[in-house]
Amino acid sequence: MSRPVQFNNKVKLVEMPEGLTGEGFFATSFDKVIGLARKNSIWPLPFATSCCGIEFMATMAAHYDLARFGSERLGFTPRQCDLLMVMGTIAKKMAPVLRQVYLQMAEPRWVIAVGACASSGGIFDTYSVLQGIDQVIPVDVYVPGCPPRPEAILDGVMRIQDLVGQESLRRRHSERYKDLMNSYGIE
Amino acid sequence: MSLTNEHIKNRLVEKFGDALTNFEESFGMMSFYAPKELNLKVMQFLYDEEDLQFRFLSDLTAVHYPDKKGEELAVVYHLHTFVHNVRLRFKVFTDITTPQVYTATSLYATANWMERETYDFFGVDFVGHPNLVRILNVDEMDYFPMRKEFPLEDQTRVDKDDEMFGRGGNVGI
Repeated sequence: MSRPVQFNNKVKLVEMPEGLTGEGFFATSFDKVIGLARKNSIWPLPFATSCCGIEFMATMAAHYDLARFGSERLGFTPRQCDLLMVMGTIAKKMAPVLRQVYLQMAEPRWVIAVGACASSGGIFDTYSVLQGIDQVIPVDVYVPGCPPRPEAILDGVMRIQDLVGQESLRRRHSERYKDLMNSYGIE
Repeated sequence: MSLTNEHIKNRLVEKFGDALTNFEESFGMMSFYAPKELNLKVMQFLYDEEDLQFRFLSDLTAVHYPDKKGEELAVVYHLHTFVHNVRLRFKVFTDITTPQVYTATSLYATANWMERETYDFFGVDFVGHPNLVRILNVDEMDYFPMRKEFPLEDQTRVDKDDEMFGRGGNVGI
């Protein structure tokens, strides 16, 4: 007789994708397997310039614990990272740097704009500040707030996870995606 | 025998006569106006004289006076003598359509960056500067942002209202 589990009995498992189950095999579509793997192992590249960056540090720390979402490894390099998290005011002089970091990331890549400054320039309606990073790179998710609480940043990451999990494997080769990239002068 | 503002003024007047105007003293610091053609000669004199020795340029910037016709831009020099611990300030005025002023880089190396900044924000063209390019703003900017030529923000905008940023509005602050 096996012993009943007494501890850690609230472990949450990822839901299984739809598919055919049989004796010793499980068949599903490639899209779903890849999506499942990608969305639960996102490696973010934090690009933190100001107060939102501090909120993000709280998000990474023990209490909010971004690592629960499979984002244990934060790479401060474009190498191997999937998610560019832009947090804080981006000055016009910083825009080429941000763009270069984005271009150095390998596909597939996603971008999240955290806070009012990265999304729209925020309160800095000035000659020196870029009025939203979507002027230089495409953005997938915008997180509102000035600065957003760690919960809001986690919510943004979870929205990204939804996008990643549902993305078709053909999306990055589609004409529409190429047009989007061309509109930013990429490729 | 410490260096007094009276003494500096007398030395300047005996050297340059009545070319220098508007001598005044505020908070113990003397200031005057100089014609823009004489700015280097005045600084060279203050630099070289044994009893003055103003050999440190602590600040260089500009002011835009849109109402002063023909002398809209003022370039301000703040000089300091370490030997006597005395500070001095003087301005040269220039027309905004011909903002050419001689560069002070040959006399004070620190003027290099300060003049680049002044050019960046006010558009003063420092003649003879070794590398007069923008230093703080992006190179492709085609205007000088600190000139008083731009209207203030429209006060009726609501897209960047305080409510959007959690201040005021219904927060009750």
